[in-house]
Formats: sequence, structure tokens, C-alpha cells
Amino acid sequence: MEVTMSVNGDDVSQEIEPRTLLVHFIRDHLGLTGTHWGCDTSNCGTCVVWVDDEPVKSCTTLAAMASGHDVRTVEGMEVDGVLDPVQEGFIQCHGLQCGFCTPGMMLTARALLDRNPDPTDGEIREAISGQICRCTGYSTIVRSIQWAAAKERETPVEVGAS
Amino acid sequence: MQVPAPFEYERATSVDHAIALMERLGDEARLVAGGHSLIPMMKLRLATPEYLIDINDLASELGYIRVEGDEVRIGAMTRHRELLESNDLAAVLPIFRDAEKVIADPVVRNRGTLGGSLCQADPSEDLSAVCDAIGASCVIRGRSGERVVSMHDFHRGPYETAVADGEMLTEVRVPIRPHSGSAYHKVERRAGDWAVASAGAAVTMDGDVIADGRVGLCAVGPNLTNIEPISAALSGQAPSEDLYATVGQIAADNATPSTDTRGTAAYKTHLAKELTIRSLRKAVARATGQE
Ligand SMILES: Cc1cc2nc3c(=O)[nH]c(=O)nc-3n(C[C@H](O)[C@H](O)[C@H](O)COP(=O)(O)OP(=O)(O)OC[C@H]3O[C@@H](n4cnc5c(N)ncnc54)[C@H](O)[C@@H]3O)c2cc1C
Ligand code: FES
Ligand code: FES
Repeated sequence: MEVTMSVNGDDVSQEIEPRTLLVHFIRDHLGLTGTHWGCDTSNCGTCVVWVDDEPVKSCTTLAAMASGHDVRTVEGMEVDGVLDPVQEGFIQCHGLQCGFCTPGMMLTARALLDRNPDPTDGEIREAISGQICRCTGYSTIVRSIQWAAAKERETPVEVGAS
Repeated sequence: MQVPAPFEYERATSVDHAIALMERLGDEARLVAGGHSLIPMMKLRLATPEYLIDINDLASELGYIRVEGDEVRIGAMTRHRELLESNDLAAVLPIFRDAEKVIADPVVRNRGTLGGSLCQADPSEDLSAVCDAIGASCVIRGRSGERVVSMHDFHRGPYETAVADGEMLTEVRVPIRPHSGSAYHKVERRAGDWAVASAGAAVTMDGDVIADGRVGLCAVGPNLTNIEPISAALSGQAPSEDLYATVGQIAADNATPSTDTRGTAAYKTHLAKELTIRSLRKAVARATGQE
């Protein structure tokens, strides 16, 4: 079957088997290997991507189900060489060690801050509770997300600015 | 790598279209809503449908929470996250927010639906226990029209419901009664996990006594809908710790859990009792304006 979707703003169209999972479509068909593939059982969250502005586990979503929708992966966080504040926060506060969980963590963090620009540590922990990190112990991830939130509150992003 | 067996994919654009597709494709067709129960089963080849009918485009037609008069109507495509976040729903049926806070994790809750949860009918699935406790009924639609069944009739057993081939669940209806309260408690091993055990309770007060009370249990055995002795024990009684303990014991006596990685049968039976007590206590507090 043919699927057509927007991935990080680019329209893509491909012939695929209907059983293709979104995670494999993104990694193997589109070559966007920033999205990781871990537990394969919807538990670890490293495969998280956005479908229409919401984080979803792409190992448990068919590419066919995303057809006609807007998909955003970690590669889409940086725009014109400028890192998303969440990405900067992970650098500043040591939010990663091996980096395996990081793409999913950052996309979930971005979605949280879009809805809640001033989250408590508890709200951050709740937001990332479907995602597993085996390295950091989570504290630095929470700190990284707080760093991004603080930065965004100080320099509000101009809506509609080019 | 887990990948589903081959199937053909169709997308329904309306309830009528979904029903027409089911009729044309026959009993080898399955609906997929959030896919967070079905796709894992397909990846493990526990489910091998020949046709998959995606009903996510029905989110606008069947994704709603309407509090109208003495009834709440919730569309089958309402996602867990919407159930969690709805203040209108929490105001009349706080049990939904209690449960949704501990169902899966926020990312899974973005996809999973009320209809998928009830139709999956996993004995460990929380919303069935919620819907049992609050005396919900289910609207099932097929080619020949619509029928409304109670939760008791909806549940046929583990992974089995009253929804027949060619039919789908479209709506859940819950009566709203004055002086009512509801609550849900779950014990899980870690954030986002399935229940070790959980219990939900709903009561309606008549002055100082409980006019009507129900308890729904989850993960402690199949077919725990509508435990009659519990409703009988609560009816007409004044709320008290002794009453909760008696009812908790009935819940434990009706539980038939198995020992597995989540806990021993004895521990789960203990939880059935304790969580029933806690949920009843809170439901009564809410019904009597103490919370
Ligand atoms: C990691 C993880 C943790 C989870 N933890 C919990 C938990 O703690 N508690 C809990 O209760 N659940 C839990 N779940 C399950 C989750 O809530 C599922 O989303 C839910 O059970 C099924 O909803 P769905 O929309 O994804 O259904 P789907 O997977 O799309 O469908 C499930 C079944 O229902 C059928 N179906 C779907 N919609 C309809 C309809 N409208 N009419 C007729 N048939 C229909 C499908 O054909 C299929 O057979 C968890 C899931 C995951 C992946
Ligand atoms: S690979 Fe998808 S949740 Fe782990
Ligand atoms: S940084 Fe290694 S798993 Fe999170």
C-alpha cells in the first residue's frame, strides 16, 4: 500500500507492506535512525515520535496509521542549525550518558513544555514515566528539562516569527 | 524483531463505513483503535487478522464526553488522556480520573481508547472494573441497528464480550445520581504497569444510609462483574469501617487470582480486600461531601 505523510515538515510517500511498524518505516525506509528501537513491547519509550503533536510509541503504531498525518522525530527538533532549548538543556545538565533513551525523552519533554511551560519536577517525572533510562537515574533528565523550561520562560518564543 | 503477520489495511471514515467494511470482509477482519492492545498481540502472533480496519478517523465522531442531565455519554474513541483530563467527567465521576492516573503511562494514554479497553476485555484492564462499579451500559451498533447492554451482559469472559462479528461498540452510558460518590485504587509494581490488583467502588446515599453500592475488581480473576453479595451487603446500611471490612472480605472471597510475576495469589486476595475497603471509604466520603 502507499503511505503519505509529513515527516519533520517534508512530504514523504512510499510503497510499504501494511504490517510495517512506524519505527521501522522511519528508521529503515526513511533512514532517520535518530528514532531508536528498544524493547519492542511499548515499555521503554525510546521509539517515541510525535504524530500530530502528540508523543506516541512508534513500535506500537503502524506506519499505515500515520499516513495522512504529521510525524516529527528527533531530527526535526533542530531548526536551521539552532537546537531546541530541550536539546540544549540535555547538553547543559548532562541529561544523557549513552544516549539511547534520549530521542524519546527529548520529544516527550518538548510536548510537555508546549502544554505546561512551568512544570514541577513531579510533573516532569510523570510525563516521562513511560520511558526508561538505564544510565542517568533520571535526576539529570529532570534538571535538563527544567533548564529548558527556565530558558523558554526568560526568552519567550515569538509565535509566527520567521 | 516482532512484526505482525501480513494483513490488508482498510481505513473507515465513519461508523457506518466501519460496519459496512466488517460486513464485507467477514470474521477475519478486526478493528484497530489505539492499537495498544491489538498491535502487541499481532506482533506476538497471538492475533493474526487478515484485514485490519483502522477506526482512528472516527475520533471526531466517537471521541466525546457529554454530561447531559442525569447521564454521561462517552464515545468509544475517547482516549485515556481525554478521560484523565476532563474536568466535567471528574466532577460527576471522579473514579475515572483516579483510574486514568494509573493506567499505563502518559504516552500510551495518548493512543489507547475507552472502546478498545472494554472490547479487549483483559481481566487486568482497569476501565472494565470502573465501568462495572458505576453501573455503565454499552451501546453496540451493527447493520441492523443499535442495542444497549449492561456491563454484566457485555462481559462474556476474559477477552470475550457481547460485541458480535460485524458490530462495534460506539458509546458508554453512565447514569448520574445525586448524592453519589466513586473512587478507584490500584497497586502496581512500578509506574505505568498493569495492576497487581485494583478495586473501584461507587455508592449512592439516601440520607445516612447507602441506597446502592457496587464494587468492580481488576486483575484478581475473570468475570468479577456485578458481585451481587457486595451490592446486597451495602444496600440500606449506614457506612462504617465494619461495613467496609465485611464487604472487603466478600470481595476477597470472590477473588480467584493466580500467582504470577506480579504477586502471589494470597497477596492479590489481600489487595482485593484492602483496595475494596479504601475505595468504599473514599466513595462514601465523596458522596457525603467530605472530600
Ligand atoms: C505499556 C502498556 C501498559 C498498559 N497498561 C495498562 C494498565 O495499566 N491498565 C489498563 O487498563 N490498560 C493498560 N494498557 C492497555 C491500554 O489501556 C490499551 O490502550 C487498551 O487496553 C486498548 O485500547 P486501544 O484503543 O489501544 O485498543 P486496540 O488495541 O485498538 O483494540 C483492542 C481490541 O478491541 C477491539 N476494538 C477496539 N475498539 C473497538 C470498538 N469501538 N468496537 C469494537 N471493538 C473494538 C479491537 O478489535 C481489539 O480486539 C497498557 C498498554 C500498554 C501498551
Ligand atoms: S521500542 Fe517502543 S517502547 Fe520500547
Ligand atoms: S542515557 Fe543511557 S539509557 Fe538514558
